Amino acid sequence: MRITIDSERCVGAGQCVLSAPQVFDQDEDGIVTLLAAPGPDEAAKVRIATALCPSGAITAHEG
Amino acid sequence: MTHSDPVVVDFPTRKPGVPFPPPDYDGYRDHQGLVLSRLPNGARAWLVTRHEDVRAVLTDSRISSNPSHKGFPNVGTVGVPTQEQIPGWFVGLDSPEHDRFRKALIPEFTVRRIRGLRPAIERTVEERLDAMLAAGNSADLVADYALPVPSLVISTLLGVPPSDRDFFESRTRTLVSLRASTDAQRETAVKELLRYIKRLVGIKAKWPGDDLISRLLAAGSIAPHELSGVLMLLLIAGHETTANNIALGVVTLLRNPQWIGDDRAVEETLRFHSVADIVSLRVAVEDVEIGGQLIKAGDGIVPLIAAANHDTSAFECPHMFDPSRSARHHVAFGYGIHQCLGQNLVRVEMEIAYRKLFERIPDIRLAVPDEGLSIKYDGVLYGLEQLPVRW
Repeated sequence: MRITIDSERCVGAGQCVLSAPQVFDQDEDGIVTLLAAPGPDEAAKVRIATALCPSGAITAHEG
Repeated sequence: MTHSDPVVVDFPTRKPGVPFPPPDYDGYRDHQGLVLSRLPNGARAWLVTRHEDVRAVLTDSRISSNPSHKGFPNVGTVGVPTQEQIPGWFVGLDSPEHDRFRKALIPEFTVRRIRGLRPAIERTVEERLDAMLAAGNSADLVADYALPVPSLVISTLLGVPPSDRDFFESRTRTLVSLRASTDAQRETAVKELLRYIKRLVGIKAKWPGDDLISRLLAAGSIAPHELSGVLMLLLIAGHETTANNIALGVVTLLRNPQWIGDDRAVEETLRFHSVADIVSLRVAVEDVEIGGQLIKAGDGIVPLIAAANHDTSAFECPHMFDPSRSARHHVAFGYGIHQCLGQNLVRVEMEIAYRKLFERIPDIRLAVPDEGLSIKYDGVLYGLEQLPVRW
């Protein structure tokens, strides 16, 4: 799984950090940052984060 | 797409004897297309009730949050203020104007920042419980706990000095106690709070501290004349909403004691009660199709949050309180760019408020029969006027 983030769209709701804290973080401005590529264990959590993000700032590319 | 004449219903109101969310919502959700409603002022607006449709409305750039657009729905006595009325009331702005405000505030509400507030929130909650326990073996949990906790937390966040917190708390309480205060008293409370906030901004400009106002002033992206509107918005958005969730959540936990002590009750309470049912008002600025219904530019739209959160296609047995379900896709905080900025603060406040209450007063119980609970019928938000408890 590969993740792309659109920091312009991010509204800092923090849903991704709550869903997959090993993968997502918020920088000093509160905007989403990628900590690490998700391991196989994290794929499900990343899908939840993608679905919950209110502004569509996260895209998960499967495969 | 539906072309037949739409069904027109009265705008939903909370009434004695009708549970909340009203059973009518289930019928609206099953309706082909959307249901049109007659607003209290005689205008019409589309009711959006399906979970999928509510998320679509709240993320569509052809649909606006700006109350200055013609056709914006007015659902009661208090409307959404325009920028002319209260500069800085940015929930009434669309992208890109909205984004400057949101971006300036995001750093204050990150998951990490809120985690850092935990000790202060725990202290506040403990102090309220100390006061309740010292005062005897009964309390009104709304006035003595649910309302003061979020007000005191917002005071801390804004950097209100401890000596002013009683003033701040009493005025915010007047503002939301519809039965215990008159219109004139509430109007005075708003004026006093606005005056106080302006004075506080002046003080922080001269003597900056480690608080939200000082940081916003230093960053400079919100103009001084907008700042008091922004701060008032944070106060209004974070106070009664949180208080109602605390009080309703305690009632629900007392009725379902098997979930006391389980933090998952927080997310399920947000979904189950959906206190902010009718606050995400919108207007179409272009023709748009939602849920198989053509909505014309200039049509008002009212997403019903409680209806979406009780949609069977999004939640199994939605009318059951079940914290073990995965409820996080609820729209209790809205969706899209306006989704509640303070949601992670609210979650922590609710979690600490429930946990500490049942730890400190394990034998707490309702002091009135279930049917004797005073529901707020008049306010914009669903909640309780009072919650008499004893132990």
